[in-house]
Amino acid sequence: MTNKKSDFVRPDGRKLDELRPIEAKVGVVPNADGSAMYKSGDTVAIAAVYGPKKMHPQHNQDPSKGQLRCDYNMLSFSVTERIRPGKNRRAMEISEITKWALEPVLLLDKYPNQVVDVFINIIQADAGTRTAGINAAAMALAHAGIPMRGMVSSVAVGKLDKTLVVDLTKEEEDYHEGEGPTDIPISMTDDGKITHMQLDGKIGVTQLQEAVDLAKGACAKIYEIQKKALKDAIDLENGGKK
Amino acid sequence: MDKIMTTPEPTAERIKEYFKEGKRFDERGGLLDFRKIIIEKNVSKKAEGSVRVKIGNTEVLVGVKLDVSAPYPDSLNKGNLMVTAEMLPLSSPRFESGPPGFDAIELGRVTDRGIRESGFIDLEKLCIKEGEKVWTVFIDIYSINDDGNLMDASTIGAIAALKMAKIPKYDEEKGKVLFGELSDENVPLTNHLPIAISVHKIGNSLIVDPTREEEELSECRVTLTNYGGIISSLQKSNSRALEIHEMKRIFEISEEVSKKILKEIESRLK
Repeated sequence: MTNKKSDFVRPDGRKLDELRPIEAKVGVVPNADGSAMYKSGDTVAIAAVYGPKKMHPQHNQDPSKGQLRCDYNMLSFSVTERIRPGKNRRAMEISEITKWALEPVLLLDKYPNQVVDVFINIIQADAGTRTAGINAAAMALAHAGIPMRGMVSSVAVGKLDKTLVVDLTKEEEDYHEGEGPTDIPISMTDDGKITHMQLDGKIGVTQLQEAVDLAKGACAKIYEIQKKALKDAIDLENGGKK
Repeated sequence: MDKIMTTPEPTAERIKEYFKEGKRFDERGGLLDFRKIIIEKNVSKKAEGSVRVKIGNTEVLVGVKLDVSAPYPDSLNKGNLMVTAEMLPLSSPRFESGPPGFDAIELGRVTDRGIRESGFIDLEKLCIKEGEKVWTVFIDIYSINDDGNLMDASTIGAIAALKMAKIPKYDEEKGKVLFGELSDENVPLTNHLPIAISVHKIGNSLIVDPTREEEELSECRVTLTNYGGIISSLQKSNSRALEIHEMKRIFEISEEVSKKILKEIESRLK
């Protein structure tokens, strides 16, 4: 079944490959070395970067290169049922996959024994919080002036019953008709390499391959938005950050 | 993550050279071959179901326990599933005592998702009274000897332990589980038998079922769990970017290999 023939109607009326309305902005946390907000529909993530700075505890220092440390957290009131504040296993896993998603584009060789800390907080959640967090974090790293060989953009492709769609909402994530929902968060570099991918649900190999191609197109659109937000923050006439 | 031990450089070079020729260090047929799988049932009579799984020298123990508890608010008519994994210090010089590290958390969570999303356990049948009482299925995984690929061994252990598990007797009047007294009733399962296959990228080679030495060279691991050709979960681990065509090839490899492993496991579970 190819997507073109599908007459599937999404709950919010979006086209199958249409992202939610996106807002992106850098410089949202003045104290940080770099920071960003990424909003996709009703999902809002902010990220702040501190560093490079000396790694503590000292036994975690790596004399050969600098390290990235990511910390993903949902605010207790970001979802309908309050989340107990603090680290749970889900947040620990997402922190780690966020690090894996971003590390391939960072050039930290010149920062031995140092660490770059990225803190991500989800303020409001309507699915796709890890992908929004990765998008915000990538922008915050660039905003902090960390040397990068490219950008990372992230999106969740979904399969609702038999149809592939882009950027699931919570309502779509809870879709229960036919084959139900499949959630496939994917992160890519701007030159189309996959740095992160996960999946929950039910999907065949061929359609999963199509999903990857669909993510590529969506990530390219997100990349343009991230790039624009970063450019908007630079004072082109007088130099430096606005 | 800190690595306490790593594969020595000469061994690493030799392994990679072998891979280029499509050969394994341990004289297995090829890059997409598993080591021998052994499943031994009933390692603890006190468990509702328990098994020992060996893949080559890798060994895990997996036990299933059940208890009655309240359902989760988003699934009032379904039983609960909890999967945890521990990488025991006794099983490797690389593992240390203390709270579970990230690797153990990921091992438990990836195994959990593969089993949950496949629908292998019929959780609706584990509802005792909607909104009030349901069975919780605990699957606990312990490493006994880590010689690589704990990930795939864990799912094999989990399905084998589930297959043999019996539900304990339950005193409805007192609302008490009679632990130690098992009924004849099996844990309700479907035919969606999930198989997890982790594909590793090492140099330019894609391989499955790494030994410890091989796994330490892994640049990227992608674990796919599937039942009958339907992929129910995927996790890409480690900071190594993959080309799109590599990822697509990994989907195909996992499907191909899982068919072989499924056949092998099914014959062992009879």
